[in-house]
Amino acid sequence: MEKNMTYKTAVSTNGSAPIMTANGVDVYYGKKQAIKNVSLDIPENQITALIGPSGCGKSTFLRCFNRMNDTIDSCRISGDIKFAGQDIYDSKVDVVALRSRIGMVFQKANPFPKSIFDNVAYGPRIHGLSESKDHLEDIVITSLRRAGLYDEVSDRLNEPGTSLSGGQQQRLCIARAIAVDPQIILMDEPCSALDPIATAIIENLMDSMKEKYTIVIVTHSMQQAARVSQQTAFFHLGELVESGDTESIFTNPAQERTQNYISGRIG
Amino acid sequence: MPDYLLTTSPQMAKRHKRHSRFQWYGRVAIAISISFMVLMFTAIFARGLGAFQKTMIGVDVEFAQSVIDPQGTRVQVDLKQANYKPLILTGLQEVVPDATERKARNRLYKLVSGGAVFDLGERVAANPNMIGTTKRVWIAASSEVDLYIKGKIDENLDEAVRRLKDQDIAWVNQLKAEGRVKKKFNRVFFTSGDSRAPEMAGILSAALGSFFSLLVCFLIAFPLGILTAVYLEEYAKKNRLTNLIEVNINNLAAVPSIVFGLLGLAVFLNFFNLPRSTPLVGGMVLALMTLPTIIIASRSILRSIPQSTRDAAMGLGASKTQTTFHHIVPLAMPGMLTGTILGMARALGETAPLLMIGMVAFIVDVPKGVTDVATSLPVQIFLWADSPEKGFVELTSAAIMVLLMFLILMNLFAVYLRRRLERRW
Repeated sequence: MEKNMTYKTAVSTNGSAPIMTANGVDVYYGKKQAIKNVSLDIPENQITALIGPSGCGKSTFLRCFNRMNDTIDSCRISGDIKFAGQDIYDSKVDVVALRSRIGMVFQKANPFPKSIFDNVAYGPRIHGLSESKDHLEDIVITSLRRAGLYDEVSDRLNEPGTSLSGGQQQRLCIARAIAVDPQIILMDEPCSALDPIATAIIENLMDSMKEKYTIVIVTHSMQQAARVSQQTAFFHLGELVESGDTESIFTNPAQERTQNYISGRIG
Repeated sequence: MPDYLLTTSPQMAKRHKRHSRFQWYGRVAIAISISFMVLMFTAIFARGLGAFQKTMIGVDVEFAQSVIDPQGTRVQVDLKQANYKPLILTGLQEVVPDATERKARNRLYKLVSGGAVFDLGERVAANPNMIGTTKRVWIAASSEVDLYIKGKIDENLDEAVRRLKDQDIAWVNQLKAEGRVKKKFNRVFFTSGDSRAPEMAGILSAALGSFFSLLVCFLIAFPLGILTAVYLEEYAKKNRLTNLIEVNINNLAAVPSIVFGLLGLAVFLNFFNLPRSTPLVGGMVLALMTLPTIIIASRSILRSIPQSTRDAAMGLGASKTQTTFHHIVPLAMPGMLTGTILGMARALGETAPLLMIGMVAFIVDVPKGVTDVATSLPVQIFLWADSPEKGFVELTSAAIMVLLMFLILMNLFAVYLRRRLERRW
C-alpha cells in the first residue's frame, strides 16, 4: 500500500522504518505492575518476536498495541505508544478504527460458530468495506488465499468454521484478520496449540505475509522466533531485557539474562 | 519380588468397601425419591382418571310444543329458558313408574345434573325442529350418581351418612338394567369454567387464566431480565454499586412468593388501581417473582461463553455492542430461553401471590383477555380441594394432572429449544 510509505519518519537500527513505537510503557493490573518502563520500536514489514518465560508480560505488552487491554477493568497503562506517529491512547482515537488497522490472532484459534465464509466476511461487513456481494466474496476469497487456506476449503465455505482442524482454524483466524486489511497483525502464541506440521505451514505463511503486513508475534518457542523473525525482544519479569536483530540476539546476546534464557537456564 | 501390588491389601479392601458402600447410599437415595414420585403419581392418577369420564342417563324426552314454545315464536332466548324439568321428569318416570308422590319425584329428578335443563335448552335452541318429537337424549347424571356408577360410593355404608339413599340406588340400577346409563368422555371438564356442581365444573377458565397470566409474565420478565443480565454482565463496570445490585438480585430470588403478592396488592392494585383479580396484575406479580430467576440464569450463561469469542470480535474492531449482539447474545439465547421457561414453569405453579391480588374467586365465565376476571390452575386446585362435595375430589386430582402436563410440556419445550438453537464453539 502506497500510503504506508508516507509514514516512514524515523529510521530504526536495522534499516526499516518503525511503524509503531512504544516509549516508557508501564502496565498495571490493579496494584501489580506487569510491564515496567518498556520502550520498543516495531519496524515496518518485518516480523518482530517477543520472547520470554511465562508471565514475563510479553502478551500483556502485545495487547497494548491494539488496546485489547481496555477490556480488562483493572488494567491501567501509562507511557506512550505511537502508531504511524499518532498516540493510540489519545482520547480522540477511536478504538474501533485502531483495531481495524491492527489485527490480532490469538493463542487459541477462536473462529466464530458460523460458516467459514461468514467468519472471514464478518470484519468487512461491520466496517462496511465491501460495496457489493461480489466484492465481499472477492475479499473473502483473497483473504483465504493469502492465509493459504482457500484450496483446502474452497468447496465448503458454508460449513462451520469450527469443523476445521486446529491448524486450519488458526489460518482461518489469520484470514479473518487479513480481511479487514490491517497494517499490523499481532499474533499471540499462534502456534502453541498446533502440531509441528501445522506450525510449519503457519510459519511459512508469516514469511510470505511480511511483504504486505508488519507482524508482531509472541512465542514461547525460541526456535520459532529464530526461524521467522527479523527482530527479537526478550522480556523478563515485566522488563524488556534486550532487543535487536534476531541473529545477534541468538548468537551474541549483550545481557547475561538473555544468554541464560536462550541457553535454557531460566524460563 | 512379592506380588503384593496385584493382591488386595487390607487398606485396599477398606477402600473398595468404602467405594461400594457409597454407591449403595446413592442407589438407596435414588430408590427412595423415585418411590415417592411413583406414590404421588399413582395416587393422583388413581383419583383423577375417573374425572375424564362422566356418567350420562338416557331419557326419552317428549319435546312438547305446549311446554317449550306455546306461542310458536321460536325465539332463541325463550327456547333456552323454557321449563324442561317436567319433560325430563316424565321421561324418567316412564322407567321408574313408582315415583309418583311429590317427594319421590323430587328425589328422582335429583338423579340428573342440575345443568341438564340448560343443556336441553341449548340443544333445542340449536335445532328447533326437535320440538314436537320424542327423542332419547343423554343427559348428565348428578355427581352422586356419577360416583356410584364409578364405584366410589360404598353401598354398605349406613344410609344416613350417604347422600344417595337406597331408593335412589334402586332407581339407578333400574335405569342401568334398561341400558339407560353409560359413561362418556367428560368434555365439560375441558370446555367450561368453575361450577358449584362437580359434574358441571371445568378447568377451561382456570387454564386460560394461567395462560394469560404467563403471557403477561413472559412479555414483561423476558425482555427486562435479558437486558438486565446483558447489561450487568457485558457492560457494567465491576464496582461496589454493581456488587450491591447483584447481591440484591440474589436476595430477591429467595424472597417468599407471598411477599410479591403483597407488593402487587399494595402497588398495582391500591396505588395504580389496576383491575383486581385479573391475569394482567397476576402476570405482573409473577413477572416480579420470575425476574431474579431469569437474570441469574442468563448471567451464568453469559459468563460461560468463552472470553475468546469476545476477543475474536473485539480484535476485529467490532464495538462492544456489535460484539454483544452479533456474537454473545445469539450464543447465550438458548440458555437464556431455557432459564426463562423454567422460571415461567415455576410461576405457573405459583398460588400464594395470586391469592393476594384476588385471583382466588369463583369464576364461572371463561376469560377472554388479560383484563377479564380470572383464576389460575393452582388456585383452582386449591379451591376444589377445599370444596365439601365428594365429586370435587376427582376433579382436584384431574386438575393436578392437567397442571403437571403443562409443566412437563414447558420443560420439554425448554429441552427442545436448547437442542434446536444450541451452537457449538
